[in-house]
Amino acid sequence: MIRVIIAVCMFVITGVNLAVAEEITIAAASDLNFAFREIVTEYEKTTGNHVRLTLGSSGNFFTQIQNGAPFDLYFSADIAYPRKLEEAGLTVPGSLYQYAVGRIVMWTGKEAHLDLSKGLEILGEPTIRKIAIANPKHAPYGRAAVAAMEYAKVYDRVKDKLVLGENISQAAQFVESGAADVGIIALSLALAQPMQAVGHYWEIPVDVYPPIEQGAVILMGGKNQESAKAFLSFIQGAEGQTMMKRYGFVVPSPR
Amino acid sequence: MNWIAIAVTFKLALLTATVLLVIGLPIAYWLTFSKWRWKFIVESVVALPLVLPPTVLGFYILVAIGPHSPVGRFYSDLVGHPLPFTFEGLLLASILYSLPFAVQPFAAAFEQVDRRLIEASWTLGVSKLKTFFRLIVPLSTAGLITGAVLSFAHTLGEFGVVLMVGGNIEGETRTVSIDIYDEVQALNYAGAAKTALLLLAVSYGVLLLVYAMNRKVWVVWPQR
Repeated sequence: MIRVIIAVCMFVITGVNLAVAEEITIAAASDLNFAFREIVTEYEKTTGNHVRLTLGSSGNFFTQIQNGAPFDLYFSADIAYPRKLEEAGLTVPGSLYQYAVGRIVMWTGKEAHLDLSKGLEILGEPTIRKIAIANPKHAPYGRAAVAAMEYAKVYDRVKDKLVLGENISQAAQFVESGAADVGIIALSLALAQPMQAVGHYWEIPVDVYPPIEQGAVILMGGKNQESAKAFLSFIQGAEGQTMMKRYGFVVPSPR
Repeated sequence: MNWIAIAVTFKLALLTATVLLVIGLPIAYWLTFSKWRWKFIVESVVALPLVLPPTVLGFYILVAIGPHSPVGRFYSDLVGHPLPFTFEGLLLASILYSLPFAVQPFAAAFEQVDRRLIEASWTLGVSKLKTFFRLIVPLSTAGLITGAVLSFAHTLGEFGVVLMVGGNIEGETRTVSIDIYDEVQALNYAGAAKTALLLLAVSYGVLLLVYAMNRKVWVVWPQR
């Protein structure tokens, strides 16, 4: 304990300048929460580089990057955001690529005893009082959830039951904790170990909502473009692709 | 527990409290001794962060220091990188956000100092500056410590402002309260609970200190 306190004091005094060989800062959409924690750990182990990972909603990152946030890499859940940054000249030319297609599921805790296989219709039932989704204003997964509910013609009936997470991880946390009865969340989160242990999911057919095309880009404002490229090729490599697939992402075939 | 976030938070709180001690003293002095009839306008501005939602303050700061504002452009031309989403930007926001927590206890303490002593010092030809440091400050120690400690504690727990202007970057702007939020979203309740307990303990300890001091449970130095 004493040693930890001394270490903390040293951090404070020296200004938390951990002299790491290579360091990159990544802004990643929240649907990557569990997948990226695993991938980043693996990447750090193989390369010895340090990754500073920040998770949040894609729309918020988009605003922050426009306002000068110092990220090296941006993994958005909606490729439209990095595309706009590219048009604004804030990205490294030619670095934009689609790294995955996301999928959404209906998720509920074990003790809720809901038969999700009935499909989105079940959301209209009176036993379901709260439905967690990500805020469609700035979270692509929230927009997909709204589109799917509109397609199933339940949206108007259930919109008063919606609770909005600031990002898709928070929506998942709302329903994982039992505060909401059902959530429409990313498949990648439903497949994560802590979620799988306490609930089950039903995948929403991909043809009822516009495809969630997820795009990544290297940013001009970053400090370390070479390391950013190295991380991108790690994701595109066999190891990265295997992990992404394990979390339910459809990964585009290599170019 | 996330020691990097804890270190960032304590560094931020320590610097905020230090800066507020420096700039808070003249502001509090002016608020106490000025006879300007429109003084209440400045008083209200200083107290504004008490009632303003942190997101509003954060939003204004973000716009004010962003690359589209003259201030933000001037800073990034000077230093080479923009101010938002950096530790310095967060420090600036924290100082504004905690300003009333320092200035109000300072001003209240200055108010308590016997006017006759101050005026006696002035009439004996001691300059205003010397009177301030040799008379007013020593007689307001409890208030000064309260202000510094409260602004420190208030910075430890700030969330909304950090979320708006910080950007949650490890080792830079990810403070303890943001880290707790992250851990909850990662469903790591045990991790969140540990860090939350630490914040609770520190906050309680700080308040114990403030209240004990105001009750004069112990006297820092014997009064003459």
